[in-house]
Amino acid sequence: MSRLDPQPAERIDRSKKVEFKFDGKSVTGFEGDTIASALYAQGQRIFSRSFKYHRPRGIVSASGWTANTLVQDGEWPGVRATTERAKHGMEIKHQNAWPSLNFDVMRASDIFGGPFMPAGFYYKTFIWPRSAWPLYEKVLRHAAGLGVMKKSQAHREWRTDYRRRHCDVLVIGGGVAGLSAAIAAAREGADVVLVDEDVEPGGQLLWQGKHEQARKLAEEARAAGVEIMSSAPALGYFDGMVPVWQGSTLHQIRAQRHVAATGSIEQPLVFPNNDLPGVMLTTGALKLAALYALKPGENAVIATTGERGLEAALALQAAGVNVIAVADLLPNRSNELTAAVEAAGIQLMRGMTVVEARGNKHLKGCTLAQIDENGVAKPGTEERFDCDLLAVSGGTVPASSLMLQAGAKAKFNSEANCFLPENPPPGIHPAGAVAGKEELEAAALSGTLAGARAAQECEFGDGSAATAAANALEALPTPAPAAPSPAYQRTAKPTGKAFLDLDEDVTTKDMKYAIEEGYDSIELSKRYTTVTMGPSQGRVSQLPSIRAVAAQTGLSIDETGITTARPPWSTVPLGAWAGRPFTPAKRSAIHARQRELGSHVKWAGDWRRAYDYGDVKGEAAAVHQAVGMIDVSTLGKMIVSGPDAGQFLDRMYTNRLSDLKVGRIRYGVLGNDAGRITDDGTVCRVADDSFLVTTTSSGADAVERWFTWWLAAWEMEVHVTDVTQGLCAINVAGPKARDLLGKLTDADLSNEGFGYLDGHQIQIAGVQCLAMRIGFVGELGYEIHYPAACGQYLWDQILEAGTEYGIKPFGLEPQRILRLEKAHIIVGQDTDSESNAYESQMGWIVKLDKEEDFMGKWALERANERGMVNTLVGFKIDGDDVPIEGSAVVVDGQPAGRVTSARYSELLGQSIGLAWVPAEHGKDGSPLHIKYGSKNQTATIVHGAFYDPDQERLRS
Amino acid sequence: MSFLLNCPICGTREVTDFGFGGEIVVRPQDRPGERELNAYNYFRANTDGVQREWWWHRAGCRTWFQAERNTSTNEVLWTAVPEITDATQAPVSPVAQARAAGGEELR
Repeated sequence: MSRLDPQPAERIDRSKKVEFKFDGKSVTGFEGDTIASALYAQGQRIFSRSFKYHRPRGIVSASGWTANTLVQDGEWPGVRATTERAKHGMEIKHQNAWPSLNFDVMRASDIFGGPFMPAGFYYKTFIWPRSAWPLYEKVLRHAAGLGVMKKSQAHREWRTDYRRRHCDVLVIGGGVAGLSAAIAAAREGADVVLVDEDVEPGGQLLWQGKHEQARKLAEEARAAGVEIMSSAPALGYFDGMVPVWQGSTLHQIRAQRHVAATGSIEQPLVFPNNDLPGVMLTTGALKLAALYALKPGENAVIATTGERGLEAALALQAAGVNVIAVADLLPNRSNELTAAVEAAGIQLMRGMTVVEARGNKHLKGCTLAQIDENGVAKPGTEERFDCDLLAVSGGTVPASSLMLQAGAKAKFNSEANCFLPENPPPGIHPAGAVAGKEELEAAALSGTLAGARAAQECEFGDGSAATAAANALEALPTPAPAAPSPAYQRTAKPTGKAFLDLDEDVTTKDMKYAIEEGYDSIELSKRYTTVTMGPSQGRVSQLPSIRAVAAQTGLSIDETGITTARPPWSTVPLGAWAGRPFTPAKRSAIHARQRELGSHVKWAGDWRRAYDYGDVKGEAAAVHQAVGMIDVSTLGKMIVSGPDAGQFLDRMYTNRLSDLKVGRIRYGVLGNDAGRITDDGTVCRVADDSFLVTTTSSGADAVERWFTWWLAAWEMEVHVTDVTQGLCAINVAGPKARDLLGKLTDADLSNEGFGYLDGHQIQIAGVQCLAMRIGFVGELGYEIHYPAACGQYLWDQILEAGTEYGIKPFGLEPQRILRLEKAHIIVGQDTDSESNAYESQMGWIVKLDKEEDFMGKWALERANERGMVNTLVGFKIDGDDVPIEGSAVVVDGQPAGRVTSARYSELLGQSIGLAWVPAEHGKDGSPLHIKYGSKNQTATIVHGAFYDPDQERLRS
Repeated sequence: MSFLLNCPICGTREVTDFGFGGEIVVRPQDRPGERELNAYNYFRANTDGVQREWWWHRAGCRTWFQAERNTSTNEVLWTAVPEITDATQAPVSPVAQARAAGGEELR
C-alpha cells in the first residue's frame, strides 16, 4: 500500500516475508522491517493512544524517541515498534486504548476533561479520602498504564547474562564521528570497542543518502581491528564502566578512555495539534522512506528552522512525495540548497513557520504564517494547506546524557542553539554533535581527533594524527545559521492542545499553570508536570520544556538550565540489571540420604536442611527415651592452628581457651568491641597448637572473615582453615547413644574414659572421627565430625547399628524443641545486635579477670558495672497454647519486651519459651504477660534449664 | 559503584569480587574511656576524598588487605597486605608519604 519502489539504502529484503499478528489481525512485512514499518506498509497510522488524554498517536521519529509507538509483544510491554525488528509469529498488541486504537472511550478525557485536568490533577483530586486510594488506583491503572506485565513467573524463563570487556578505548555511537574515532584509535594500535544502538553502524549517513560511505567506514573500522557491537545501546556511565545492552546480555565495558559520539536528536516544534499522526520529525519521514521504502505521505508540508528541512524536502520529493511547501523560519536564507528547493518546484516560504495542524485522527492540513516575537501568527500572513504529512525540524540537540552522567556540565551555546556538554572529566572525549560538530566533515574530523587523542592517552601513537585533525577542523568554515525556535508558535486564537511532551501528555497550558502555581524552576516544574519523565527520557521534550519555562519566567534558556541526566539512557528490561537469579543452595553430603528417609526440607540460611521426618513429637521423644541422630554438617567448622592459636582465641572469645587441655572442649561466645554477641560455638583442642572451632550454621562465613581480619591486623602466628564443607557432622544423642557407638568402635566410651566435654579422635566403623561429648539437645550425646567423603557411609552405619535401640533420625524442628527444654539460646534468634552476654544470662562465660584484653572486654566491663536493663528469661505456660515468636511482653499495659522462641514440649506437658523482659520484671517465678493477636497469656518466668537443670543426664 | 581493585595476591579484579571492611579504625591500646570507646565503636570519619580502608578478596584468595581509595571518584591509589606488628602502625602508602612530607592531599 505505502511501499515505494526499491530505495538504494533500504534495509528490507523483499524476497523474504515476515508474518505476525497485530491485535489479532495478520500482518505481512519483509525481513528487515521493524514492527512499525511493517504495520505502516499495511496502512496503520495510529499506533497508540496517549497517556492521559488518549489522543491518537503515530510515528514521529521512527527512532524510538517517543512513547507513541510502544506496543505489547506477547508478555513484553513497552516494546519500541519503530526499532524492534518484526519476527515471524510475534503477537503484537496495542497499549493504552480501550476498546480499540480507532475508538477509545477514554478520549472523552481529552474532549470534555481538558479544562478540568491540569497538571497536578491527580495529586490534588485523589488524595481524599485516603482510604479510597486502592479503588482510585485500580481505576487509574486501567486508564493510564502502558502495557501489561506478567505479575509472577513460577520459573524465570528468560535468562540474562553479563559479559565483562576491558579495552583501551570505548567509542559510544557508530555515526560518522564514532566510526572515525574508532578507526583513528585502532590505527594507532589501541584495542577499540565501538557500540551502537542501530542494527548497523553508520548513524545518520544510513538514511541521508550516504549509506555507501557508512558501509565503507565500517569496513575500515573492522579492518583496523575495531570490535563493533550493533543493536547495543549504552545505558549509562558508572565510574568508567559503561553497561551495554545487547540481545539478552549486559556487556560491562571498562575502557581506559572513552569517546562519546552519541550524536544528536532532532527537535520538534510546539504548535496546536502538534501530536496528530502525520506530524513527524524530518528524521522520521526520511527514515521511513530511505530504510523501509515507505511513503511517509502523499502531500507534504515541511516546517524548519535550519537546513535540515530543506534537505529533507529534496529527499522526500526524490522518493515520490509531493512536497507542496517548505516554511523556513530564517527570513533571508539564500544558497545552493534554497535554489535547489525552488528549482524542484517546491514553494519556499521564507520567514514562515507552522502555527497549527488540523485533523481528527490524522493530519488533514496545516496553517503556515509569519510569527511575532511571542510566536503568535502575524495577521494577514496565514496560509492554509491541505496535507497528510507535516515534517518538522526545530533544530537538533546533542545526545549528551552519557557525558553529563560522567560529570560534564551542560552549558547553553547560543550559536549552536542548544546545550553542549562542557568540561568533561579526564579521559572522556566528545566527538561529533556532542562536541558541537554536526556537519558531516566536521563530525568526521572531530571523531578522528577524539580517537587519536584517546589512543595517545593510552600510550599509542605520537599525537601527529590528532594534530593533523585539529588543524583541519580549525580550517573548516562555520556552519550555516539556524533560526531559534520559539517556545510556542500558534494562531492568534489557537484551538487544540500544543504538546511539550508526547509521552506524558504535557501541554503548554500545563507548564503555564505549573509556573503560576509556583513551580517555577525547571527541576520543580519537571516533577510537577512530569515533563521529560516518560519512557523516552526527554529526548524530544527537554528543550521544548526548557523553552516553555524560560518564556514564562522571563529567564534566559541558560539561566533556566537543564535537568539532571540519569541512567538508564536507553529502555532496558529490569532483568538486564538483575542478571541471572542466583540463590545457591548448600546441601550436606548426607542430604540425599535424608531425603530418602522422608525428610521435609526447608531453607536454613544458605542450607537446605531436614526440618523433620514427619513425626516431630516422636523424633524428640526418641532422643529422650532411646537415641536419635541429626545431621549437623551445616555447623561452621574451622581449624585454628599455629603457635599463637590459643592466645588468639583468648582475644576473640570472652572466656579463656589457651589453658584448654588437649582433648577437652569448651563452649564460647564471640562478641565485638561493643560487647554484643555475634556468634557462639564450641572449641576443642585437638593438639597443642591446633583447635577445631565450630560456629553457628549461618555464621560460618562471618566468623572466618572476622578471625582472618583481626589476624591481618595483628599478624599473629595463626592460620585459619575453613573446613565447613570438608567435614560432615552427626550428633548422636539419647540415653542409648553410648551403647550404640560401642558397637561401632573399640575406643573407651565409658564416662571415666570419655567424659562430658571430652573430644577424642577415635575410629567409628573404620572412619577416623573427632567425637565430641556435648549436649545441645540435653541428653548424653556425641557430635561426630568426620571427612565428608564418608558422609553417607557413616550415617548408614550408625542408623543400622541403632535399629535395635529404636533410633530415629531427627530434624531441625525437634532439635529446636529439645534445645529449648535446656534453654540453650540460638544466636541471631534469641539474641540480636543489641544483646550482650550479661543480659543474655551468660555472664558466667565472661572472664573479665583475663589479663589480656579480648574482643568486647571494655564494653562488657561497663555493662557489668551498669547492670542489666533487659534480660533474656525462660517462661512456661500450662497447657499447649504456644505464643507466636515475636509476641509482645506487656508490662503495665505497655509493650516492654518480646518472645524470641516458643514451643510446646511434649516431655514437660507445657509450652515453654524464651523472652526479653525488663530486668526488674525478670525474677525467677514472676508472672510474665504475653500478648499475641487478641490473646493475653500469663506465663511464669523460669531461670535456668526447664529440663535436667543439674545436667545429670548430660554427664551420665 | 563500579571500579577495579588490585588484590595484592591475585591481581586486578572487579570490585564485585571483593568484600568491603570499612575505613581503617585503630583499636585502642589500653582501656579506653567511655567517649573513646564509643568513638572507636560507632564513629567513622566518612572522608570525602582519599581514605585508607580494608578490603577482603571474598571471591578469590580471601586475603584481607588495605587500600587507599578516593571516595568521591572511586579511584584506587594503592593496595597492600599490611605488614605490621601492631594496629597502630600502618604500611607506608603514597598518601602517607605525601602527608609526612607536608605535601598536598592526593585527590
